[in-house]
Amino acid sequence: MNDIILVNISIITLLLPLFGFGLIIIFSKRFPKLYMAGIGLLIINFFLSVVLLYAKLSNYISQDINFQFTWIDFGNVPVFGNVHIDLGIKIDNITVIMLFVVNLISMLVHIYSLEYMKGDKRFNRYYAYLGIFTFSMIGIVIANNLLMIYIFWELVGLSSYLLIGFWYEKKSAADASKKAFITNRVGDLGMFIGILIVFTTYHTFTFDSIFEQISNGVLPFDSNAWLTATGILIFMGAVGKSAQFPLHVWLPDAMEGPTPVSALIHSATMVAAGVYLSLRIFAMLTADAMLVIAVVGGFTSFLAATIAITQNDIKRVLAYSTVSQLGYMVMAVGVGAFQYAFFHLITHAFFKSNLFLGSGSVIHAMHHEQDMREMGGLRKKMPITYAAFIVSSLAISGIPLTSGFLSKDGLLAGSLAFAHLTGHWLLPTFGFLVALMTAFYMFRLVIMTFHGEPRNKEKYDHAHESPFVMVLPLIVLTTLSLFFWYTPNPVAPEQGWFLSEWVHTPESVVPQETRFDFMKTETEGVTESAVAFSEEYEHAMHWAHIPTLVLSLLLGGLGILFAFLIYHWRKIDPDELAEKLKPAYLFSLNKWYVDEFYEATFISGTLKLSYLLSLFDKYVVDGIVNGTAYVTRVISTISGIFDKYIIDGFVNFTAFLSGLLGLGFRRLQSGRIQTYLVLVIFSLIILLLFFEPF
Amino acid sequence: METIGLNHFLVVSAILFSLGIYSVVTRKNAIMVLMGIELILNSANINFVAFSKYGNYGLGGQVTALFVIILAAAEAAIALAIVLNLYKTFTHINIDEIDELNS
Amino acid sequence: MDGFPILTLLTFIPVIGMIIVLAMPGKMEKEIKYVTLLSTAIQVILAVILLSNFDYSAGGIFQKDSFQFIEKYKWIEIFGGSWIGTIKIDYFVGADGLSVPMILLTALISFIATLSSWNINKSVKGYFALFLLLDAAMMGVFVSLNFFLFYIFWELMLLPMYFLIGIWGGPRKEYAAIKFFIYTLVGSVFMLLVMIGLYFSATETLANGSKAFSFDFLVLMDKANYLKDGILSPLNPHNLRFIAYIALFIGFAIKIPMFPFHTWLPDAHVEAPTPISVILAGVLLKMGTYGILRISYPIFPQITNDIAWYIGLFGMINIIYGALVALAQKDFKKLIAYSSVSHMGYVMLGMASLTTTGINGAIFQMFNHGTITAMLFLIVGVVYDRAHTRGLYEFGGLANQMPVYTGFVTVAFFAAIGLPSLSGFVSEALVFVGAFGVDTLRTLTMISALGILLGAAYMLWTLQRVFFGQLPEKWKSLTDIDAREYAMFIPLTIIIIFLGVYPSAMLNIMNTSVNTLVEFLSVNIGNISIGGL
Repeated sequence: MNDIILVNISIITLLLPLFGFGLIIIFSKRFPKLYMAGIGLLIINFFLSVVLLYAKLSNYISQDINFQFTWIDFGNVPVFGNVHIDLGIKIDNITVIMLFVVNLISMLVHIYSLEYMKGDKRFNRYYAYLGIFTFSMIGIVIANNLLMIYIFWELVGLSSYLLIGFWYEKKSAADASKKAFITNRVGDLGMFIGILIVFTTYHTFTFDSIFEQISNGVLPFDSNAWLTATGILIFMGAVGKSAQFPLHVWLPDAMEGPTPVSALIHSATMVAAGVYLSLRIFAMLTADAMLVIAVVGGFTSFLAATIAITQNDIKRVLAYSTVSQLGYMVMAVGVGAFQYAFFHLITHAFFKSNLFLGSGSVIHAMHHEQDMREMGGLRKKMPITYAAFIVSSLAISGIPLTSGFLSKDGLLAGSLAFAHLTGHWLLPTFGFLVALMTAFYMFRLVIMTFHGEPRNKEKYDHAHESPFVMVLPLIVLTTLSLFFWYTPNPVAPEQGWFLSEWVHTPESVVPQETRFDFMKTETEGVTESAVAFSEEYEHAMHWAHIPTLVLSLLLGGLGILFAFLIYHWRKIDPDELAEKLKPAYLFSLNKWYVDEFYEATFISGTLKLSYLLSLFDKYVVDGIVNGTAYVTRVISTISGIFDKYIIDGFVNFTAFLSGLLGLGFRRLQSGRIQTYLVLVIFSLIILLLFFEPF
Repeated sequence: METIGLNHFLVVSAILFSLGIYSVVTRKNAIMVLMGIELILNSANINFVAFSKYGNYGLGGQVTALFVIILAAAEAAIALAIVLNLYKTFTHINIDEIDELNS
Repeated sequence: MDGFPILTLLTFIPVIGMIIVLAMPGKMEKEIKYVTLLSTAIQVILAVILLSNFDYSAGGIFQKDSFQFIEKYKWIEIFGGSWIGTIKIDYFVGADGLSVPMILLTALISFIATLSSWNINKSVKGYFALFLLLDAAMMGVFVSLNFFLFYIFWELMLLPMYFLIGIWGGPRKEYAAIKFFIYTLVGSVFMLLVMIGLYFSATETLANGSKAFSFDFLVLMDKANYLKDGILSPLNPHNLRFIAYIALFIGFAIKIPMFPFHTWLPDAHVEAPTPISVILAGVLLKMGTYGILRISYPIFPQITNDIAWYIGLFGMINIIYGALVALAQKDFKKLIAYSSVSHMGYVMLGMASLTTTGINGAIFQMFNHGTITAMLFLIVGVVYDRAHTRGLYEFGGLANQMPVYTGFVTVAFFAAIGLPSLSGFVSEALVFVGAFGVDTLRTLTMISALGILLGAAYMLWTLQRVFFGQLPEKWKSLTDIDAREYAMFIPLTIIIIFLGVYPSAMLNIMNTSVNTLVEFLSVNIGNISIGGL
């Protein structure tokens, strides 16, 4: 198998879902069963991605495949010579793994939705949107350049918009979709400017060529600060898409969309695209940029976890949990734990989509009831869903034998090692606090939903385990949440094939003086071997391993224990606790008032400004125009009056005078020849007398 | 007694002329107007002849007078014909009321 | 292709159509419409033939040899005595990469506007005669290479436009028509003055060796042709070129329309019937920016360079201001009109960069804005035809009532937002790439980028207000689009998507010319002050 075939397969996986989208959109009226084609295409796509994964990891494990073509050619540009914009595909290990994950979850969601969305009047449309989402997500994954990532970045934004607003009759859904798109645009704005800086400096969008030029010392506007700024600006895209503070507000609202969509887009794949982007640009991040990223990630994970604790809507808890976990990944990128960031991205994708699909199963059973206070005791009625939930909750809480333990432990160790080397102890503090809270709120959710007595008897009585097509994805994802897929040793992820063979940290290309000490590959003129980290870092990681293991286990266990104490055994009354900590409780319940703050400042500010400007436009700008017209009219009226009464008056006066004279002389004009004759004679006499000619 | 000289002729002529003018200006009857015109013409003839007699201009005056008499005759003929026609049309010859061309 | 007068045909086919329409009895309404449709269809076919014979490697701009489809005939040549010399005006038309996209756009939009005019039923004969005259004048502007000819077509376009708005318009049509007419006329006066000033400043050598003043663009672009003491001659140390540039620029800026000369636009749009709005936004606005690129830039390269920053500044103001004002509108059509103001800002920003990418982006944006905004106005027209109101707050939930229509709306709206894979994105991105590359424009570009955020805000808000939510009882009877409306939307949709995926199809046409223009500017500015790509 040569690499062209791999490229072709990846292009086919890209285009098949798009084809499905077009097919369904155009022909769904004539063939109401066309959604089956969408599902079929996705199954094909999944197998193609398995082929890609296998082929890449067995034949090209340490060789990346690049393919690019010229999209726009500017010809022979003055001064710069030949300039062109290329698009292309890069297939490396990360790509194929992501492709596999995206296609797998997408396929499962396609199948799951068959039952979940049954009877919806826009059933075909739903599958079309899933198709275009899958297409755009794959586009991000296989892109080898920033422009293509940006293009598909916006397209996933579109599909997310369409799917969040799928039930657009509901105002809340329409609002949420709009909010998601616009909030994402804010981040994209930064990303776009970052991309502009890159293109202005390097005249290319392709990662490899950018990195090569950076390592050759070409910097944006010749300054390290701008390199940092570029990194942060591009990362802003990730802030939007991965719902990091301060742009995290859209993701919880995005839960207005159908639940399978939340599982696919708003937990597993699209929101992880931000992390994926950060990983793609990892090599060009300076120490300052990484620190910013780490702090943003750490703070976001903390913020979201504190909110998740008090929410009552099952999907909202999961949404904030997603934000929190994404914060983890972003923090991992920032602290240089590249491998663990990616690892957590993958494991999280499985267990979080599992949780969402599980919650979908619950919601389906409860007839679209999402409030956990109405649930309870469902464990007996829905054993498989319950099992899936338990495994995934253990995974997200970082309990051994699960996949979540492997990745979470690693990234917490990474943050600890980072703190050890640089002194930023706040980051691991956030990390471990979040670990505690995560375990707590996840088991709060599990207990409120599945344990205890049913709180709404009527709905409980109608509940039942979901049909096979909905349960099957749960089973698949549950198994994927266990450790053995990634490593043979459940407590030592670094020994597994995933981290030791498949995913490697790329070497930084930024100037030595802008890197963290532990990432320097050159000390006093001596180039060390080309590895991403210094030995020092390895030592720190080694040092961090045991404390992290102990601490995270302890905290995870503690969180679960608290959850059981409060919600299962009722040793502590949750309402009383809430009453006691009322300010904190309200602060958390109201999501730190971030939405309110934005509403009061940016949104109403923009609307007010736009209203003021429209008045300005209407009364000032247009007023000047109309005023000019008015002044002209006044002047013309005045000159009209002048014309009428002065100029024309003079003319008329002359005529009047002549008329008056004529009136007098008219008597002479009697028409009688004899009178004339008299006059002639008298005139003659007068003339004679006067001139005396003789 | 003073012999009759030029001045006498001129006075007669002037009287005739004045009478003629008076007749032309005051009469309403076309015939009377014509007669006034004849008087004016004759006063002119008297002058011609008188100047010819008393000045040394040769016979030019008399000759002109003869021409004028002939012309006056012709004129009178045509004018009377016109007057007759007017009478036919209007049944009167009052020049004040003959203003068809005017209106 | 040699000798085949394709540009003349393109320009005068509508005139022939108009004569036929005028000769027909007014009662034959259907036939009149078909004659119009036929003329515009022939125009489209001719435009396609033009494109297929177009040599992509010829630059044009200032080199007479590399203009294509040239036709140059003696039109007026009078010997005005020794004092005035020979007055010589040529009928001179030609095409290069700058004009071909505009020719294609004009042909396309005219055709679609004809389809959209189908339910005009008030004095049909007059309408279509004026419509065809307008079409001819627009085409004439884009093919003229002689200032005098350009000016004639420029003015000729006003007249039918005035009547089309003033007779077939909405409730305040007289106000809007007069405002449009006078506003544009003010610009024309400036242009006329500059034209005459230029005429008396440069000479060309005639065949018989004598010299004559010239209206020829190509003559005016060459410094060597100017007289020492011409009032607008660069060789004259006391020349008035700067003032002339500003005057000319205002003339074009009114058409763009540039803030603060933009207020005629919303009024004209709101009152004009749908097809006229389509033409107005689709083609007429492009004349302003086309004029700047065709006339101001090559004839006054030095001043262009001096003033480029201000062009960029006004571009930025247009983008942000237009978007913010659009956000506050309650009338569907007015909102689209202000979005036009915003989108034309991108064109100005791209032009201001004086770079290949920026100007490519600007011209491409001109084309894309033509197709996208045309579609947006058609969309407003469709809903207005059915509901007889355009109030954004009166609608809701149309997505269920008119699903196909909503599909087209989504495409058009997202194209206007600049969604990648639709044509608007590529041109906006190129504009930004070009402008960002220039040191002085960098800050402006970053602020302008806010426009894509605001654009998303007002478009999506509109989408929500009109198409999402619950359907009010009174709109339960609205019908989805019919075959004729399909015929209007589908070509535009295909073009928008096609150029979004494969922008080179359009960029390659203009690219050589843009490079030539940039080269010409940089040579004439003297130093290579052009900063970016």
